[in-house]
Amino acid sequence: MAANEYVVRTKGLVKEFRMGEESVRALNGVDLDIKRGEYLSIMGPSGSGKSTLFNAIGGLDKPDSGSVFINDVDMAQLDARELAYLRCHTIGYIFQTFNLLPSMTALENVTLPTVFAGLTTDDGIERGIEVLNLVGLGHRLHHRPTQLSGGQQQRVAIARALANNPSIVLADEPTGNLDLKTGEEIIALLRELNKKQGVTIISATHDYKMVDVSDRVVWIRDGKIAKIEERADIELAVGAIKDESAH
Amino acid sequence: MSTHTVPASVGTPEQQITLPFSKAWEISMKSIKIRLGRSLITASGIMLGIAFFSSVRTVVLFPITQTGAAAEAARSRHSFLAIMALLVCFVGIMNSMLMSVTERFREIGTMKCLGALDQFIVTLFIIEAGIMGLLGSMIGWFFGWLIMVIPHLFGGGARDLTSAFFGGSAVQAVQSVLIGLFITLIACIPTARSAAKMPPAAALRSEI
Repeated sequence: MAANEYVVRTKGLVKEFRMGEESVRALNGVDLDIKRGEYLSIMGPSGSGKSTLFNAIGGLDKPDSGSVFINDVDMAQLDARELAYLRCHTIGYIFQTFNLLPSMTALENVTLPTVFAGLTTDDGIERGIEVLNLVGLGHRLHHRPTQLSGGQQQRVAIARALANNPSIVLADEPTGNLDLKTGEEIIALLRELNKKQGVTIISATHDYKMVDVSDRVVWIRDGKIAKIEERADIELAVGAIKDESAH
Repeated sequence: MSTHTVPASVGTPEQQITLPFSKAWEISMKSIKIRLGRSLITASGIMLGIAFFSSVRTVVLFPITQTGAAAEAARSRHSFLAIMALLVCFVGIMNSMLMSVTERFREIGTMKCLGALDQFIVTLFIIEAGIMGLLGSMIGWFFGWLIMVIPHLFGGGARDLTSAFFGGSAVQAVQSVLIGLFITLIACIPTARSAAKMPPAAALRSEI
């Protein structure tokens, strides 16, 4: 099963954005292989292209050239229905701004992906309660997003991402709108889900707290991979990273 | 197992299912309810436009006092006013619908991330616009009608309210509601369709 070892592979990803006359290369040839079940952080300063990479891996935006393979399927070959199926079943998304639907309660938000997956209402609610319990929000089922704190909203978003048992969870700056302590709790929760549920977590971030729990860290600079660090290197280098960030 | 058309490594990806209309209805109703204030503003935009149209049309049902060339002039003035009313109505409704779709780009992007098909999102907006268009037009017709009838009554025109007048009013009511609904849908569908077609990343990026 060598082919199955990697859950995501990208080959020569290029994405350009037009800014008036000039065009900026947000991604400039990114080759990245992501192993099944790993916790990977994509680090880099703002404007480095990490969100663009996140969008390309998640099938939220098309790269100008290069390809993304999810479970060995080339995403560019998928039509709208197949892409929707992939987003629904294979990938769970977590955003900096939570992006919960304001008109729905926590449980309804979490149930929505199961509706798209074709589950019956009863099965969806059962699954919704199960994942909300998993993220520690079993007592907030019927609250609306506005009645929840930032940390609780992000937990709902994590539960929603897990609703259809995806093999990948993509998180874009999941701690960006949270205070230090809440951010740590969210990171710990993601790590726990990664270990217990075996879900691959790919997180674009510039939060250094994320480095401590990652199996690998990919450093992006100017649309290219600057370096990839393994867990063993990270533990040695954490001090150095913190020094670097102080400058 | 037919693997000759696709390379074995690519496999055959499964397709997303189409959801029943009842699911879209359920989600739309929830959305209208929680956004009641916003929905009412959109609906009153439609209502005002149709009220203007309906008031102009109602006047035509009263007997014309002028004769000859003057009557002809009055008739063409009314047609002109009715056309203007429709134009104002169209622009007003278009504006309301554009706003109600664009302010929810992020929501559209989120739904697509969760596996919604473009058509499902368009259906959601058609249901919402349809309900607001229907209610707005009905209330709008009634207001426009009332605004013309009440002064006429006080002006001693009670004898003009014949069965022919009410018959004409009923026909106009149906016309107004159909026109209101039609304009609402015409304004909503292309906007919703282009919003649903956006790549989710672009929809999520929008700041409104």
